[in-house]
Amino acid sequence: MTSIKQLESPLFESLAAQYDMLILQNQDSTKAYRTEAMEAFRKLGFPSIKNEEWRFTNILPVVKTSYELTAATTIDAEQINKAKALIENTYRNLFAEDEADRVVLINGVIADSLSKLPEQKGLHFSEIKEATEQAGFQDHFGKILNIKDNAFAALNSAMFQDGVFIAVEKNVVVEKPIHVIKVILSGQAMMQQSRDLFVLDQNAELNVVESYLTDIAQPVFLNAAAEVVLAENAKFNHYDLQKADAHLRIIQRTEAAQQKHSNYSNYTFTLPGAGFVRNNLALHLNDVDIESHLYGLYLTADSQLVDNHTEVHHKMPRGESNQLYKGIIMDKSKAVFNGKIFVYEDAQKTNAFQQSNNVLFSEQATVNAKPQLEIFADDVKCSHGTTIGQLNKEALFYLKSRGIGENQAKQLMVKAFAFDVAEKIKIPALKNYVETLIEAEMENR
Amino acid sequence: MLSIKNLHASVEDKEILKGLNLEVKAGEVHAIMGPNGAGKSSLASVLAGRENYEVTEGTVTLDGTDILELAPEDRAREGVFLAFQYPIEIPGVSNINFLKTAMNEIRTYRGEAPLTAKEFLQRSREKQELVEFDAKLVNRSLNEGFSGGEKKRNEIFQLAMLEPKLAILDETDSGLDIDALRIVSRGVNKLRSENNAFILITHYQRLLDYIVPDFVHVLADGKIIKTGGKELALELEEKGYDWLTKN
Repeated sequence: MTSIKQLESPLFESLAAQYDMLILQNQDSTKAYRTEAMEAFRKLGFPSIKNEEWRFTNILPVVKTSYELTAATTIDAEQINKAKALIENTYRNLFAEDEADRVVLINGVIADSLSKLPEQKGLHFSEIKEATEQAGFQDHFGKILNIKDNAFAALNSAMFQDGVFIAVEKNVVVEKPIHVIKVILSGQAMMQQSRDLFVLDQNAELNVVESYLTDIAQPVFLNAAAEVVLAENAKFNHYDLQKADAHLRIIQRTEAAQQKHSNYSNYTFTLPGAGFVRNNLALHLNDVDIESHLYGLYLTADSQLVDNHTEVHHKMPRGESNQLYKGIIMDKSKAVFNGKIFVYEDAQKTNAFQQSNNVLFSEQATVNAKPQLEIFADDVKCSHGTTIGQLNKEALFYLKSRGIGENQAKQLMVKAFAFDVAEKIKIPALKNYVETLIEAEMENR
Repeated sequence: MLSIKNLHASVEDKEILKGLNLEVKAGEVHAIMGPNGAGKSSLASVLAGRENYEVTEGTVTLDGTDILELAPEDRAREGVFLAFQYPIEIPGVSNINFLKTAMNEIRTYRGEAPLTAKEFLQRSREKQELVEFDAKLVNRSLNEGFSGGEKKRNEIFQLAMLEPKLAILDETDSGLDIDALRIVSRGVNKLRSENNAFILITHYQRLLDYIVPDFVHVLADGKIIKTGGKELALELEEKGYDWLTKN
């Protein structure tokens, strides 16, 4: 049954066993979907590097580890204290007290005492396991994510245990960002599968900042998936700030479906830390006059592997997508960028732009960048550009010749390079925070 | 101030400077002229510490400090300034931010307190006026999209801000129209003092009409082969270099 495009792994068997237990106990509305997803996963298997989509990203190290698969259901006082300290240390300079609402999940379980849940009328927040019987959930859940072609998304769909469901009613503008902090505390190797669903009704607006805090002694594999629904004229700024322990392995897939005049902006910023990161982002421009923005920054170090795969599906006329991904690859780290733009036959007058710029900061750093355009309409404007280079030596010398030290000069240049993307962040506090992180990372190099 | 003795330097094993001697005292302006490929720009690069140049013999001291041992940034902190022949564009780094960083690093090196934002701004305004540098350019990205003339004027503005002991102007006149040349020269003349010195590297006598040197040196085949006063420049303009390089 397995082909060369699949990897054999004992993890597959243990997941299958875990699934059998889980599905026996499951009595909610997700049961049929989970069953179908498991079938898809069994068919797909774990992808090997023979699979084009995984050519440069070998998941063998991730799937050969044996993980504890049972999801946590409770958290104790010690974990809460630890999380509290982590949050205070890390985000002291991010949001002021009243600037943002906050959702803290410890190993997937919501920590009420550390959270400051949004209380605005027309904004609904709940843990995903609490949401399964709501109409607003059932109308959209599982309708967007492509599980036929994506093994990890299929696996997530079959087995997810936690995550959040956020719904914003028609005409409700949520100005305060919601900061979703995913705290992972573990002394043992663990696999966690979380699933989020964001639903924005007509004219709704939402800002979500997701980030990670880890204290882990062994590998933790986070297989996450999220679905995003934007009704007519809805607006969503979706930030993902990936900074974590080297033991953290992330594979995630975010898929958004947009209706007319809606605007979805995704910001995926990866900093040194998490050893293995694969982000899949797919946008479906299902109607006319849609706007989408995809901003990515990956500043990688040590032996990190950070892979960003994006898909933009222009299905109807007059859509506009704008993609800017920038990478600074240091030490022995490795980055992959693969960006696909599809312009379907009906999507006339599409404007689709994609830019991927990479700086190799060390001799051992590697980057594989691949832009892809598939255009089936004849009246469109599309462009893509990819650059890979070193920090300009002449520019460095110029700065140094003015008395600026080597590190400071490199910092200035890297900041300038990253600035392009960081300045797209619409929340000033977050923008400052990210810039400070970049500076701090560069300081000792 | 600057003392160069028997300087030999190579690029990729090709010897460019072959025993160069030069003494520059405070308050002086020296012009270095010479045919293409004589090593004029190489001398500027060696003094500023450009990476691919290897000094094989000789010494260079600035007020007694051996600068060849220093990294480019430390040379700048000691008071060496190179006005680039081709100033670099650095998108995203703001001109003003860059200058502030440079000034404060230099001040820290010298054991001085960094300038306050207000002091820095005031100084920046004074110097902009002094060297006739457009305030709009100050807030843009470093040299990005500047015309050739604007880039050269930015070099002079930086020079005015950083107040080095020794300024080396590497073909600052190249690519300048006559108006820009006048502005740049006026700036330099205003910055001349008893405490600093200038080395002007140029192909043409034209610049020396505006910035009058105390000494003119002819650099050929990696050595200074003739030294004279400002009148030597006129003679070179008329006769070229052949009469000096034959034999």
